[in-house]
Amino acid sequence: MKKIKSQLPLLSALITLVIEVFLPDSSLHKVTGHAYLVWFIAILVLLYEIFIIVGTRGLKDRLLYKAAFYAVFFQVLNIFNILTAKYAVLPVLYFPSPDRILEVLVTDWMFLGQCLLYTLRIQLSGWLVGVLSGVATGIAIGFSKRIRYWINPLVRVLGPIPPTAWIPIVLVVFPSVIVASSFLIALAVWFPTTVLTSNGIANIKNSYFEVASTLGAKRVYSIFRVGVPAAMPFMFIGIFNGTCSSFITLVTAEMLGAKYGIGWYINWQKEMMSYANVYAGLIVMSLVCFVVITILFKLRDHLLVWQKGVIKW
Amino acid sequence: MVGSIKINNVNKLFTNQKKETVTALHNVNIDIPANSFISLIGPSGCGKSTLLRLIAGLLEPSSGELSLDGRVIKTPGYERGFMFQEHNLFPWLNIYDNVAFGLKARGIFNERKSDVDEYIELVGLKGFEKYYPHQLSGGMCQRASLARALVGYPSVLLLDEPLGALDAFTRMNIQDEILRIKKEKNMTMIMVTHDVDEAIYLSDKIVVMTPRPGRVTSIVDVDLPRPRDRSDYDFLKYHAEILKLLKFGGFKPVPEYSI
Repeated sequence: MKKIKSQLPLLSALITLVIEVFLPDSSLHKVTGHAYLVWFIAILVLLYEIFIIVGTRGLKDRLLYKAAFYAVFFQVLNIFNILTAKYAVLPVLYFPSPDRILEVLVTDWMFLGQCLLYTLRIQLSGWLVGVLSGVATGIAIGFSKRIRYWINPLVRVLGPIPPTAWIPIVLVVFPSVIVASSFLIALAVWFPTTVLTSNGIANIKNSYFEVASTLGAKRVYSIFRVGVPAAMPFMFIGIFNGTCSSFITLVTAEMLGAKYGIGWYINWQKEMMSYANVYAGLIVMSLVCFVVITILFKLRDHLLVWQKGVIKW
Repeated sequence: MVGSIKINNVNKLFTNQKKETVTALHNVNIDIPANSFISLIGPSGCGKSTLLRLIAGLLEPSSGELSLDGRVIKTPGYERGFMFQEHNLFPWLNIYDNVAFGLKARGIFNERKSDVDEYIELVGLKGFEKYYPHQLSGGMCQRASLARALVGYPSVLLLDEPLGALDAFTRMNIQDEILRIKKEKNMTMIMVTHDVDEAIYLSDKIVVMTPRPGRVTSIVDVDLPRPRDRSDYDFLKYHAEILKLLKFGGFKPVPEYSI
């Protein structure tokens, strides 16, 4: 039974390959230079077979667990291929064949990579500024009554405005589009991080601070060694939400003003009516978001190992 | 010898949600000699926890004065260790770091590192240093919290019903350990409890308190040799006496609505 399950992806991939190779393409679709889809599927399934044979125990179990998912993935690809390349059921202009999309990824990767680097630079700098200032503001609001009095109204008024609404002003105020965009990213991350950090601090059991004070801890020490770690789970939710909304902000910002970047690339290719490039851009973007979110989750599991059994996500 | 506490004409008023002033403690006077074990006992609302928190410096008296070895108590301090009803271990630190917290906060961890191991062993948690609180039982967490309170060499240990949430056997077990540690390390201990047996088993003096307003009604000297036997005749006599002072003793007419 296990044996059969482990070979499901291979079977599924073979079906897709047979259809791709033996069923003739519709004449409406552009012909690609190489058999990209065949290579793509063959490489994926080969990697799978290699690792399921020589992988470590843990990796094998993981692959086996995912086997059904991979099999279905190849079939989804198959159906998409039939609907586009084979019979051109979907409008050809907006739904290019998987072969075409893969061709763009392979031939245009240099330019896509440049756009990606450009985007990542803005994203990373804005994100870092947003997280640091958000945590700092949150801690200040959480612990100082005076700062709460003066800053909290500001947070409440400015925070809920979608960062993209600032674009008209931001583009005028900042010297370059890069700085303006990373400011918007910072704003998008800053608000949820601030709110959830101060919220997390407000939710800390007072007895933790009492314990710290009876053990001889001074106030500043308590803030950083009790307040910050105790509020960390909330802080993470804030950073997480902020990161997600920063993706939205980034793409919108790029579509409006930038001259470069992955969001700009998608928008530009849309205007050129080359939808294969649009899909390629989307795939790159989703891979990046996936990696970023995965890193965040790993970081959380590492830092917040203690809250297993304390707080559920 | 250090660790003697004087409580002088202490009053504590609170304002409740309806903006009324409530007297939590009325004219409390107690002298607690160094190295003694005192229990504060009484029904809920009698202010025994308030009194303990005043000694800890977590609250300030409305009038009157508390002092430790002649110095007025104003703020919390490590010389007055506090053990809470809940263990209140920091869930993000493992047992070792929880116990070491006070030393690190005071910046003396490097000189006193060996004490952390010593106290973890003293409360019987050797081998559990790397565990997080949620991985241990309630009794073990309470032991860790005892070690954390003790490692800073307090001259007074304040115990706010720390064993109330534990099962009877674990409780008796930890009672013995508290006595053993007290004998070994010499300190004053003041414990809030609901449990008359526990109070008699541990204390040199039992302070009986009554509510509304919270006040001390009597102080009973427990004159029994140690180690004490919970089923001893004199022990039971004290039991009856304390219950009587708490107005639960003797025969009462059976209420008519009895089931």
